[in-house]
Amino acid sequence: MNDTSAASILVLFLFNIIVYNIPLLYGTVGEIITEKAGSLNLGVEGTMAVGAMFGYLAGAWTDNILVGLVVSFLTAALCGLLFAVLTVSLQANQNVTGLTITTFGVGLYFFIGKGVGQNWPTMQQAPGLSAAFGEIHIPVLSDLPVVGKVLFSHNPLVYLGLAIAVLAWWYLSCTRMGLKLRAVGENPGAADSVGVNILLYKYLNLMLGSGIMGLGGFYMALNMSGSFEGSNCWVNGYGWIAIALVIFANWNPLYAILGTVVFGFFNTLQVYAGTLASAFPDGLGWLNAVPPHLFKALPFIITAIVLVVSSIRNREGSGQPAALGLNYFREER
Amino acid sequence: MKKFLAMALAVAMTLSLAACGSNSSSSSAGSNTGSSSSASGSQTASNTDFKVGAIYINGQNDTAGYTYQHHKGITTAMENLGMDPATQLLIVDQVPENDTEVSNAIDTLASQGCQLIIGISFGYLNAMDAAAAKPEYSDIIFTHATGYLSNPDNFNNYFGRIYQARYLTGIAAGLKSLETGNNSLGYVAAYNLDYAETCSGINAFTLGALAVNPNATVTVKTLDTWGDETLERQTAQALIDAGCGVIAQHCDSAQPQLAAQESGVFGCGYNSDMTEQAPDAHITAAIWHWDVYYQAAIEAAMQGKEHFMETMGEAYYAGLAEGMVDISPINEAVAAPGTQAAVDAVTELIVSGEWDVFSGVKLNITVNEDGTVNVEQVDADLKDTAGNVIVPAGGASVDDSVIKGSMNYNVEGVVVS
Repeated sequence: MNDTSAASILVLFLFNIIVYNIPLLYGTVGEIITEKAGSLNLGVEGTMAVGAMFGYLAGAWTDNILVGLVVSFLTAALCGLLFAVLTVSLQANQNVTGLTITTFGVGLYFFIGKGVGQNWPTMQQAPGLSAAFGEIHIPVLSDLPVVGKVLFSHNPLVYLGLAIAVLAWWYLSCTRMGLKLRAVGENPGAADSVGVNILLYKYLNLMLGSGIMGLGGFYMALNMSGSFEGSNCWVNGYGWIAIALVIFANWNPLYAILGTVVFGFFNTLQVYAGTLASAFPDGLGWLNAVPPHLFKALPFIITAIVLVVSSIRNREGSGQPAALGLNYFREER
Repeated sequence: MKKFLAMALAVAMTLSLAACGSNSSSSSAGSNTGSSSSASGSQTASNTDFKVGAIYINGQNDTAGYTYQHHKGITTAMENLGMDPATQLLIVDQVPENDTEVSNAIDTLASQGCQLIIGISFGYLNAMDAAAAKPEYSDIIFTHATGYLSNPDNFNNYFGRIYQARYLTGIAAGLKSLETGNNSLGYVAAYNLDYAETCSGINAFTLGALAVNPNATVTVKTLDTWGDETLERQTAQALIDAGCGVIAQHCDSAQPQLAAQESGVFGCGYNSDMTEQAPDAHITAAIWHWDVYYQAAIEAAMQGKEHFMETMGEAYYAGLAEGMVDISPINEAVAAPGTQAAVDAVTELIVSGEWDVFSGVKLNITVNEDGTVNVEQVDADLKDTAGNVIVPAGGASVDDSVIKGSMNYNVEGVVVS
C-alpha cells in the first residue's frame, strides 16, 4: 500500500510534473532549433505523432528501447526533411506546410495504428522495452528526501531530454556551427554572402529539430503503455503546447526546461488539485473551488504575458530570429 | 530536375487519390443496392430489402470505444437476423453533435432509402427529433441512444440500466478492498453530476462496494471530457498516488487499468473486457450488449413503424434481465475469493425484479469461509453526500431518475476530489 501522508502526496505531485511533461521539453527544444534556422514549423504535433507510432512499433517489435529511439528520431526527421523540401527548396508557405505536416502526421499515425490492428504489440509483450523505460535510481542522490524522488528517480528518457536541452543550448550559443545557424535565422542574405551554406544548414537543422520532436512522441507512447485504441492520438495536443513554450522560453533551450516545469505544473495541477486540497485542507483547500479548466488555460495566459513583457522590455532581449517564417530566395536578395 | 519532381508529385497524388477512391467505396457500405439480392436465398423478402442507417460520432473502423461498441452491436444484430451489413447497413460516421451536420447525415441516409435511422450520440437528439417530425420522413423510423426525446409516431430513444452492472463491479471492487485491507477506491469519471448516466454509475458502484465493505470510500475525479486518454491516464495515476487500491472508470480507454497494472493495484473497467490489456489488475468491467436492443429494434422495424413503436415503446430501457448490460467474465486470477458467488446472488435479485439498486433497501453481502454468500436485505435510508434522504428506508427504487435523467447527486460514501 502506498504511503499516503500529505508530504508524500506533494512529492508525487512534483514527480508527476516531470514524468508527464518531459515530452513538452523534447517538442520545444526541437522547435527552437527549427526556428533558430528561420523556419516556423507548425507540424510539431504531426511530427511527434509519426515519431511516436514508428518508434513505438519498432521498439516493441525488437523489444529494444534504443531501436525505438533511433527509429522515432529518423522517421520524425523525415517529416522535417519533407518540411524542408517544401519550404526551403520549393518555397512553399511555412505556416500552411506546417499545418499540412500536422494533418499528415496524425493521419499517418492512425492509418498505421489501425492497419496493424490485431497484431498490435503491447508493452507486456516487450518486457525489455518496458524495463528500459523503468525508473532508474541514481545511487546516493535518489535516497535524499524529497529531491531524491522528484529529481533523481526518473526513467532514462527524462535525463536524455534534459541532456538534449543542455546540448542544444551549448550548440546554439557556444559553437561556431550554432553561430552560423543563428545567422541563417536572423539574416540569411548576410549569412549567404559570407559563405554559409544556407541550404545545408536549413536542411540539417530542420531534420535535427524534427528528430528531437519525434523522441518526445516516443516518450509519450511509452508513457501511455503503448496502448493504441484508435480514437485518441498519444501526442494529444502536446505539440501545440510546445509551440507556445518556444515563445515562453524566448527561444532558449535552457529556459525551455523552466517553461516545461511551469506548463507541467499547471497541467498536472489539473488532475492533482483535489488530491492536494484534501492532503492540505488548511493551506490548499481553496484549490477545490478553482474550475479545472482554468489550470488548462493558465499556461497560455502566462505565455501571452511573457510575450507582451518581452516585447515591451526591449527588442534586443527577444530571442525570436528576425527572419522567422520568411522563405529565403537567393535571387531576391 | 524540377520537371521530374513535379511529375513524381503528380503521380503520387494520382495514386493517393485512387487509394482514397477505393477506400471510400468499400467503407460507405451498401451504396450499391442491386447486389443485395444475391445474398443467401433462405431469407425473407423483407430481410434482404430492409435498409438500416446509422450515424456515428467516431469512426466506423475504430477498434475500441463507444462507436465501436455500437457498430459491433448493429452488425451482430443484422447478422443474427440474416441480413448483410455490407449492403444493408449505411453509415455516416465522424458526425459531430451539431444540428446541421446531423440533419445532413439524416438526409443522406434517407435519400439512400434507409427505413430505420439510428443515432448513437446524445447531442443528436434535437436534429433527430426535428427530422422525425418532417412529413417527408414520416415513414422512416428514428431511434436515438441515450437521449430523452421521442414522439408516439416514429421516434423513440433507448438506453440501458448500466448502473445495475456498475453495482456488480462495485461488489467485486469492495471484496478486493476487503482482501487488501485498503478501503480507498478510486473512480475516473468523464463527468459526474452533469449527466445522470455518469453520476448514477458512480453511485451504483459505491453502493455495491459498501454492500460488502461498509468502510469503503470512493474517491471520484472528473475529466470534463468524454475522450482524452492522456488525461485518463494521469487522473488514474493521481488517484493511485492518493492511495486508492482499486480504480474504476467511466471513460473509454483502458489507460486507468494500465495505470493500475503498472502501479500494482487493481481496477474495474468499462465498455469492454479490459483483462486483456491489464491481466494482473483488471477484475471485471461493466459492459453493454447493444445487439440485444438492435436485434429487437430492427426486427420490429421491418414490420412497420406502428409495430415498432408498439413493441419498443417511446423509451426503451433494458437491464441485466434482458441481457442488455452485463459484466465481463471475472478475472479469477485477480478477484477476491467469493466474487463470482456474490455477483451471481445479486444478479439473481435484480433479474427477478425483487430488488433494485436505488431503493430504500440496502444489501449486506458477506462471503463465508466456505465460499458461500449471504445476502441480507436491510431497510435503510438512501442518502446523498449532504445527508439528505433521497429514498426513505424501505422505499421503492428511484431508477426512474436515472432513466429520465434527473439524478444529480452523489450517494454517501462518494468523495469528490
